[in-house]
Amino acid sequence: MSMPTLQKRRIIEYIKQGKRFDGRKLDQFRDFEVQLGISENAEGSCSVKLGKTEVYAGVKMSTIEPYPDGPNEGTLSVTLELGAMADNDFDLGAPRIEAVEMARVIDRGIRESGIIDWEKLCIKSGEKVWQISLDIYAVNNDGNLFDVAALAGLIALAHAKFPVYNEKEGKVEHELTNTPLPLKKEKMSFNLTVHKVGDSFVLDPSLEEEEISDYRLGMALADNDGEVRITAMQKGKEGGISESDMESILKLVEDSFKGLHKKVTEMVWK
Amino acid sequence: MAKTESAYKKRSDGRKFDELRPISAKVGVVPSADGSAIYQSGKTRALAVVRGPRILHPKHMENPEKGILRFTYQMMSFSVWDRIKPGTSRRGQEIGKVSEWALNEIVDLDAFPNSVVDVIVQIPQADAGTRVAGLNAAAMALAQAGVPMKEMVSAVAVGKMDRTLVADVDKEEEDFEEGEGATDIPVCLTSRTKKIALLQLDGKISIPELKEAISMAKKACAKINEIQMKALKEPGKEIKG
Amino acid sequence: MEERKIVVPGETIIQGDEFLPGDGTRREEKDIVACRYGLADLSDRLVRVIPLSGVYVPRRGNVIIGTIVGVTFKGWLVDFGSHQNGFLNVAEVPRYIGKGELRDFLDFGDVVCAKVFSTDGNNIDLSIKLRGFGKVEGGQLIQVNPNKVPRVIGKEGSMVNLIKEATGCDITVGQNGVVWVGSEKIENELAARKIIEFICENSFVAGLTEKVENFIEKEFGKKIKSRDVQPQSEEKEEPMGEVDA
Repeated sequence: MSMPTLQKRRIIEYIKQGKRFDGRKLDQFRDFEVQLGISENAEGSCSVKLGKTEVYAGVKMSTIEPYPDGPNEGTLSVTLELGAMADNDFDLGAPRIEAVEMARVIDRGIRESGIIDWEKLCIKSGEKVWQISLDIYAVNNDGNLFDVAALAGLIALAHAKFPVYNEKEGKVEHELTNTPLPLKKEKMSFNLTVHKVGDSFVLDPSLEEEEISDYRLGMALADNDGEVRITAMQKGKEGGISESDMESILKLVEDSFKGLHKKVTEMVWK
Repeated sequence: MAKTESAYKKRSDGRKFDELRPISAKVGVVPSADGSAIYQSGKTRALAVVRGPRILHPKHMENPEKGILRFTYQMMSFSVWDRIKPGTSRRGQEIGKVSEWALNEIVDLDAFPNSVVDVIVQIPQADAGTRVAGLNAAAMALAQAGVPMKEMVSAVAVGKMDRTLVADVDKEEEDFEEGEGATDIPVCLTSRTKKIALLQLDGKISIPELKEAISMAKKACAKINEIQMKALKEPGKEIKG
Repeated sequence: MEERKIVVPGETIIQGDEFLPGDGTRREEKDIVACRYGLADLSDRLVRVIPLSGVYVPRRGNVIIGTIVGVTFKGWLVDFGSHQNGFLNVAEVPRYIGKGELRDFLDFGDVVCAKVFSTDGNNIDLSIKLRGFGKVEGGQLIQVNPNKVPRVIGKEGSMVNLIKEATGCDITVGQNGVVWVGSEKIENELAARKIIEFICENSFVAGLTEKVENFIEKEFGKKIKSRDVQPQSEEKEEPMGEVDA
């Protein structure tokens, strides 16, 4: 059913008091649940649940000609499907604009963090490199698909293994090695989206909170020797961010960073 | 059922010719959907979600006499070894159409004119038999969604490996090339009236062999239906068979 | 049938010429067969399937709570979670609304409690002419599985009255599975939400009333017995339709 005005008012009123309908604090995340290897035919795959929101992610590797501006570097492509399976309002058919936007932000976050050692994906300089295809699917939307999708992508990458490359015949065998992808753990950045609801700022929004928020600010955050490093940012929806808003958001990010970074590190690299 | 002259003597996973792969079924896996289910046969896993009856967009597809059923079938990119581009392929569209016809045989949407029941099937892991796994999951999801249905449907892929008929073909068998090679026969049967709701054939077969294949499908579908019913009677629980 | 069991479409519920096929069933020779997923119920000789799931299908006389999603020059479109939206004609409102004044009376996002006064399955016509119906202000909405509404209401309203007593909230239950709860304190509304969620999760358990009483005591420290609660006489909350305890 569509969002009624009285509901929006109630949610905002309660959030003003620092409380949410499900009893969480404004900066509190729901429980995570991770399952690895949801497809044996993937180089790496996982299902991640955050509360009832669920996402599947999988990594497939292939070989391609490198781009002219990076003859020794491998490539990454990220897709995100927000399909009718996950939400009554997600359409069948053509990808929603949000899916394209989100996929690109997740891509940028991974790329700019420097977590992937691109040169270790080189097979033959100027001729052949590995392409990492990361495909993410929304399975159930109960709010905050953005953060969960990005996390699932990270976990799939962290657990992916190279397939066997047959140098003589120049083809990829239908078999996995024991070698993980060349990832620099310390460079990992994770996604955190802050929503402005009423006058307050909320992390891990519920479906209703997400719908009524004025705007969302998604960020990819990494640890730079104990300091927060932002490797991607994207504002979504229509509302405008005031200067004091920005200060509050950045403070919230700084305060939540350590705890979240620790939790994400545990989930991604275990 | 092996003729002495058939080149297919033994199944690589040791199954008997009429034996199904291990099955796992669970109903109620996507909380926001009206109905949902997972059906797994061996390594092939299908996830089906039902949303509706609900308002239909685009409006020009509306049927003023009764509701319509819309079946979307997609394989996840990482479900098979050679990555599939996300989205619906032509193969997916074909499977969607024949699956839609199969389900239309059993659903009763007279009470929902101008509405649509959307059945969405995604395959996260594939090892042959994906369309029949999708139908098995879809039938459970439809029932759980409370859509009026005359009966259930169950489906199985029967195969003919050279001259040998087998139930529940796996990927290795699909690629069999000796003698007459592999013939793939997906069959979907209604649970009570035992009518054929879906029948396809890819390969070559004689008439007596086809009759045998259908008879094999009947037995297999009866077993599958039992598991679907158990899963529906214990929603949220994984039923193995 | 002592304990109701879950039946699946196509399943034979019971055999015998003496039985009558009710809702969700059909007769096939000697068999009464299920046409829907739900709980098989036998009373007297009538066999029916009580649905556990399924979209809300509006019936004449039902009370629904919905949101305005469209305004035309003749009336308002109301989304109440069914397979089609309902229509509230300007003529079915207790006062005169001039041309161009519709949005002043009911605007996008407003919530109404209305009665289904006519439906042919395709078009659903609503009315707020009677007392107790109309625009809903304040409070919050809780969505429940419409098939569980009878349990939330209880026999002759006993369950909903218990929740009101325990939380101090005003409550209106729509047959479409939308429940409105209102109180000056949001905490009370959330308490009502918790109890309603508990009822829905345990809706097909025997002795539900007692279980709810125990839940209320455990969660909120209040000892209330359903039988001690006086039924309140607010016209607004006498929802019509089936009440199945």
